[in-house]
Amino acid sequence: MDWTWFHKFGSPPHVYRLAGVLTPWFAWPAALLILGALYGGLVLAPPDYQQGDGFRIIYVHAPSAWLAVMIYAVMATAAGVGLIWRMKVAHAVAASCAGVGAWFTVVSLLTGMLWGKPMWGTYWVWDPRLTAQLILLFLYLGFMGLRASIDDLSRADRASAVLALVGVVNLPIIRYSVEWWNSIHQAPSVMKMDRPSMPFDMLAPLLAMLLGFTLYFGAVLLIRLRAEILRRERNASWIREELT
Amino acid sequence: MSAPGMVRAAAWVVQRDLRLATRRPAQVLQPLAFFAVVTLLFPLGYTPELAKLRAIAPGVLWVAALLASMLALESLFREDAEDGTLEQFVVSGQPLTILLLAKTATHWLLTGLPLTLMAPLVGGALGVPFAALGGILSALVLGTISLSLIGAVGAGLTLASRRGGVLLSLLTLPLAVPVLIFGARATELAIAGDSLTGPLYLLGAVAVLGITLAPLAAAAAVRIGLE
Repeated sequence: MDWTWFHKFGSPPHVYRLAGVLTPWFAWPAALLILGALYGGLVLAPPDYQQGDGFRIIYVHAPSAWLAVMIYAVMATAAGVGLIWRMKVAHAVAASCAGVGAWFTVVSLLTGMLWGKPMWGTYWVWDPRLTAQLILLFLYLGFMGLRASIDDLSRADRASAVLALVGVVNLPIIRYSVEWWNSIHQAPSVMKMDRPSMPFDMLAPLLAMLLGFTLYFGAVLLIRLRAEILRRERNASWIREELT
Repeated sequence: MSAPGMVRAAAWVVQRDLRLATRRPAQVLQPLAFFAVVTLLFPLGYTPELAKLRAIAPGVLWVAALLASMLALESLFREDAEDGTLEQFVVSGQPLTILLLAKTATHWLLTGLPLTLMAPLVGGALGVPFAALGGILSALVLGTISLSLIGAVGAGLTLASRRGGVLLSLLTLPLAVPVLIFGARATELAIAGDSLTGPLYLLGAVAVLGITLAPLAAAAAVRIGLE
């Protein structure tokens, strides 16, 4: 099998240019999908028979929660690729993922709290999903903290990559244990999104939003990746040629 | 790189660390004193009533054990990295995973095991009934093994950073959440007089997974930290 396409990803100029070309292909569909889904979710979808208009926060909450977990998987995969094939660009991808993932985790926590106040009567309950999400935030913070504390870039890359891989092995165990911990302390909270019987005009904007958020993440990742490559390669000659 | 040589090298590592610990007993005793002091704070800060203390005893015991073992982690690799011992491990031709597993096992003998043995004393002070101690001890044995292993990964990762300390806790504590949950649950069941085989199996599973994977991650981390 011809592996040149894969080896090309090891070259920062190639990835830099590719990321620049691809960004609009992610950004525009993301913008259209998110705007359409906002209209569908906030205007077209009927109010929930129990939660009224309060349920509409799900259109921001669920996609953020999904991305928070998915970005960790992307980050760990990139870190693993960087560790195994010693690919600097993969480490740059992992480094660019962390900040976005942490913010999506914060967004999902905050929107969950805003939803919890009218629905549960309190901003915070020790619901297993909320708790697992909070722990995920600490995993992101640990990853970024470790990177920030190591001066040498190559060592920071590899040390944080090992941490990301350890985290990805541990994440399912944490999720499972937290679920188990809570199920014995309090009755599981009824969450709307568990219901498979969501009507289509509520569900369609949600799916569009999921896709839109994922594409948005792709666009932001590409932009951050370009910035990260510029930062890392600031002394390389190809950058001077590229920017003049 | 024959197998007997590997076993002998691991035995030497254990022997050396145990001897070092007898030369500097303060390093072993301080986490234990910390464990006792932290648990003492709860009757003072919350209530001296044994019935109420018993209700929070599982959480207090496990959080204190977690923090005490965290405190002891600082010394796991740092001194050996500074005086070159770990570099000798790397160039010795023996598998670094096994040597680090030996080091972690010794670390457990010097912190996890004494913490477990202290638990009856501390638990008694929190109103834990005598009959529950057997279950709590077995949970703590399994749980502290996992804590030492997770901690070894964290200690290896922070070798490359300028200072460990708070960062080490930030890295390790979220990873230790399952141990805390299963351990506290086992303790709770033991105090209530119920069967605690479920959480004990889970603690055992986490420990086995840790013994299998953590030395690999720790070895990778130490290699990066030593460059």
